[in-house]
Amino acid sequence: MIVFEDFTYAYPTGSAPVLRGIDLVVEEGGFHGVVGASGAGKSTLAMAVAGFIPHAQGGEYAGRVAVGGAVVADTPLPELVTRVGLVQQNPFDQISGARFTVREEIAFGLENLGVEREEMARRVDAVMADLGIAGLADRSPYALSGGQQQVVAVASMLVMRPEVLVLDEPTSQLDPGGARMVVEALGAVRRSGVTVLLVTHALELLAEHADTLHVLVDGEIAAQGPPAETLADDRMEEWGVGRPRYTEAAARARRDGLWEADRALPATLGAAAAGFRAAVRTEGGRR
Amino acid sequence: MTPAVHIEGLVYAYPGGVTALNGVDLRIEHGERVAVIGRNGAGKTTMARQLNGIAKPTAGTVTVCGTDTAGATTARLAASVGYVFQNPSDQIFAKTVRADVEFGPRNLGRSAEETARLAEAAMAATDVLDFADHHPYHLSPAERKRVALASVLAMDTPVVVLDEPTTGQDHRSVRRIERIVADLHAAGTTVIAITHDMDFCAESFDRVVAMAQGRVIADGTPAEVFARPEELELARVEPPQISRLAAELGWADQVTTVDGFVEELSRRAGGAAGAPGA
Repeated sequence: MIVFEDFTYAYPTGSAPVLRGIDLVVEEGGFHGVVGASGAGKSTLAMAVAGFIPHAQGGEYAGRVAVGGAVVADTPLPELVTRVGLVQQNPFDQISGARFTVREEIAFGLENLGVEREEMARRVDAVMADLGIAGLADRSPYALSGGQQQVVAVASMLVMRPEVLVLDEPTSQLDPGGARMVVEALGAVRRSGVTVLLVTHALELLAEHADTLHVLVDGEIAAQGPPAETLADDRMEEWGVGRPRYTEAAARARRDGLWEADRALPATLGAAAAGFRAAVRTEGGRR
Repeated sequence: MTPAVHIEGLVYAYPGGVTALNGVDLRIEHGERVAVIGRNGAGKTTMARQLNGIAKPTAGTVTVCGTDTAGATTARLAASVGYVFQNPSDQIFAKTVRADVEFGPRNLGRSAEETARLAEAAMAATDVLDFADHHPYHLSPAERKRVALASVLAMDTPVVVLDEPTTGQDHRSVRRIERIVADLHAAGTTVIAITHDMDFCAESFDRVVAMAQGRVIADGTPAEVFARPEELELARVEPPQISRLAAELGWADQVTTVDGFVEELSRRAGGAAGAPGA
């Protein structure tokens, strides 16, 4: 579980706080999304969960962030990395450069913790199997596609058995095939009971997979709830987040009387198709 | 009239010997809006880099606005083709945003007045005026990407190539890029974009060129290309959301945009009145 209590933060270099009065509870387990326009504070939020803020960044820090009962500001980074994994945008930047194979790369964090060799091998093998990358074990991390590299980054975090995995736009630099690979890996992470907190502009992905969605606007939480509700919110355009094209099409159809008035706007392909089928039937019958 | 881009039998092998392009033929007329799609490694960027002469054909010819790139310097081609790199750090170099944006037109021999006017307009279109006097490296990656775009728009070239313009951009920025593509098109500029963003591709482009393994495997309107599942599979792309929705509804006609979808819906809802059993 991730808890923010009246959390406000300003970078040492900037004057205005990037996050203001954040109250947020992310339940244990499940898949949770964070959306917002550029500059809304999404990456800052991710780093506050992972502890890089305040441990590596300094700045003005007020309020409280806790992960699974550990108060982030009071927990040293070496302990935090066993509780929270952070996967960032650029897969290439996350390769340690210190190891030659994918297997060694994934083991790197455990080695630094001094985990016993056999136990380490067992955990690395299990994670690679879970994420479907056992076949890459002996390859160089540099010889992989962007999508594969990003799944290796996820594996490197997951092997530490964190309670929470935070991902900051992990698919934004990937082609659609690579993005799909990461989404499938996240499905496996979620099934293993790890809480997934995903920062992304990929609304369709969240519509299909997320349990809850948190909308950041200018450093504050403007809305939160199930994606079907938050993504249909009329203010998403003015908040600079936008909506899936399914939702947009239904909103336009509703204006033309081609979407049943009492039916919620859809966020997923399935919900959109059901709504439009009904609309064509009703409208056809009425005329 | 000579086409904006004419590629014939283009083969390109990297110095190491890997063949990235394997016989590309492509003709793009002035004023077209073309999206090039396909998985990473399909040859999209390698092909686009031929257009401003960063790379020259191993075999075949590339002609841009009537100039054969084989014998032309990149400086000469820069007057015809503006190229916005995927990674803005590859092209931004000046100490302020304004200086970076003014460099192109000045270097092409525009007067000081004209340079200032073009730079101002390009910075306004990309919404970077607020930090015109900042150092580009103090900006976020998304902002730098807009500066890179402004620098190319300011050169006012007849052909503009955008390499993954929407990557890492938020919704507002994607909307802004859609508007810029529309404005360039209205001004008669040829716009070629490499993109993984199929919704952007469907909403902003009239023609889609799908590539796989160094070749063009499909070429047509978005509706035509997104109706070819085998080629899309080869190119590893999924159709836009709206096309998937239309397919889910069992509509035979390809619809690719929100506008097109609402029109078709309205036609069907009205038309259903006369259908048997209605």
